[in-house]
Amino acid sequence: MDIKEIKKDFPILQNNNIAYLDSGATTQKPMQVIKAVEEFYEKYNANPHRGAYTLSMEATEIYENTRTKIAKFINAKHREEIIFSKNATESLNLIAYSYGMDNLKKDDEIVLSIMEHHSNLVPWQKVSRVTGSKLNYMYINENFELSDEEIESKITDKTKIVGITHVSNVLGTINNVKKIIKYAHKKGSIVVVDASQSIPHMKIDVQDLDADFLVFSGHKMLAPLGIGILYGKKEILNKMNPFLMGGDMIEYVYEQETTFAPLPNKFEAGTQNVEGVVGLGAAIDYIENIGYDKIHELEKEVIQYAIQELSKLEYLTLYLTPNLENHSGVISFNIKGIHPHDVASILDLEGVCVRSGNHCAQPLMRFLGIDSTCRASFYFYNTKEDVTRLVKALNKAYDMFKKYIIK
Amino acid sequence: MDDLSDVYNELIMEHSMNSYNKKKLEKADLSEIGHNPNCGDEITLEVKLDGNKIQDMAFIGHGCAISQASTSIMIDTLKGKTIEEAKEIIKTFIEMIKRETTDEEQLKKLEDAIAFRNVANMPARVKCALLAWHTIEDMLEKNK
Repeated sequence: MDIKEIKKDFPILQNNNIAYLDSGATTQKPMQVIKAVEEFYEKYNANPHRGAYTLSMEATEIYENTRTKIAKFINAKHREEIIFSKNATESLNLIAYSYGMDNLKKDDEIVLSIMEHHSNLVPWQKVSRVTGSKLNYMYINENFELSDEEIESKITDKTKIVGITHVSNVLGTINNVKKIIKYAHKKGSIVVVDASQSIPHMKIDVQDLDADFLVFSGHKMLAPLGIGILYGKKEILNKMNPFLMGGDMIEYVYEQETTFAPLPNKFEAGTQNVEGVVGLGAAIDYIENIGYDKIHELEKEVIQYAIQELSKLEYLTLYLTPNLENHSGVISFNIKGIHPHDVASILDLEGVCVRSGNHCAQPLMRFLGIDSTCRASFYFYNTKEDVTRLVKALNKAYDMFKKYIIK
Repeated sequence: MDDLSDVYNELIMEHSMNSYNKKKLEKADLSEIGHNPNCGDEITLEVKLDGNKIQDMAFIGHGCAISQASTSIMIDTLKGKTIEEAKEIIKTFIEMIKRETTDEEQLKKLEDAIAFRNVANMPARVKCALLAWHTIEDMLEKNK
């Protein structure tokens, strides 16, 4: 498969002369996904689970078939273990409220990595405050990785929940979640995996990982904005209370009480984002059609080139593990003495799109002793030419600022 | 926006990198923290009053070149002004950045702060330029 051919699938990359290096924030969408959403509205739009007429049945079928497709995609044992949400953040809030609030008590411990995105951190602060449980952190070493000693010293017999990102959205560090899950289970804790930054790039097998919960957003893997997934083990989800109340999540509603629908509807209150579900289905088809092996191969070539070229810039600090087999997707960096927002503005004028700021990871920034970074994040449609543009723009930024930088 | 030097001009760069206004005041009458949660920029503004006049002013904090320079140049502009004059200048600056005024006569009273006029062409950076100005606006409002 030719990379030039792949790029042609992405209209936005044809319509703009840009080096799009912000796929960690959201990926661009291929024609196949855009067309699938369009086709849904042109041929099948109705409210699923509601009507007895053919069109509503068809909408239901598309919606439910996509659930089955997603279950297969991440190798879930049961299709009803797949719950549609708005995004990873909503999925994590569902777990925090419906599982965390009801199952944690005083002196229990929640353990998170310091790399967590605010979405897998702030909800747990709330759970900790309400239940009186303790919130502890696993810190990273000088290679920006979690050591076995750190994991084993923080996850204790008191730990009831471990929250861990599969891939850090700032550092690109791949955490060995399988190992963490195995250890946490031995200690009697469940594990919540944030796969938002990993699933675009690597095969996820929830049974192989033995994850209790795993969440991700569609929009970071070619799908439209506003669709997310919560995977949970059936036996755990069955015991949990609903999160949002309303239509379609009920069985019998009386004036004073209600019985709830079985999985998965119990957790899907109100009319759902069916176009998002359709788009996510098309995104999965697209990814499977290319294949994760090919995706990995394409990305590896470009990211290795980027690391090689960026490492040559002496004015640059890279926040990156030297163990590249433990790295995926994103490269954070700073130009010594220049604020990342100024760098990003100058890059923008050169048509290079990177993110700057704290990347919704303020505790990690504080731990690293910095306020913010620039972040270039990659997907399989990026090319070495995008890297060349990045390097050229960085040189321009440095040249502009260097005479003012206090040494 | 196609020329960077329109925004990152000499005056802005000088103020952003080594500002003489970046210090603690001996005895401040007013102090206010300004913060942009999305980007982490944070400044603490201090003002010393002499009756109705801004006698001295300084800041500490961290942020991008635009937010730091904007704070420093604002201090140069507002020092020595009465509170009423300062409020008028603040209003004009905010209007300039939001492209609500282009009246050259009115913009004259901004003195050096007019150097930020091209930030109006960089929507992503408007909040950087306005951080200090919104902070002093809040401070003066609270001190009414």
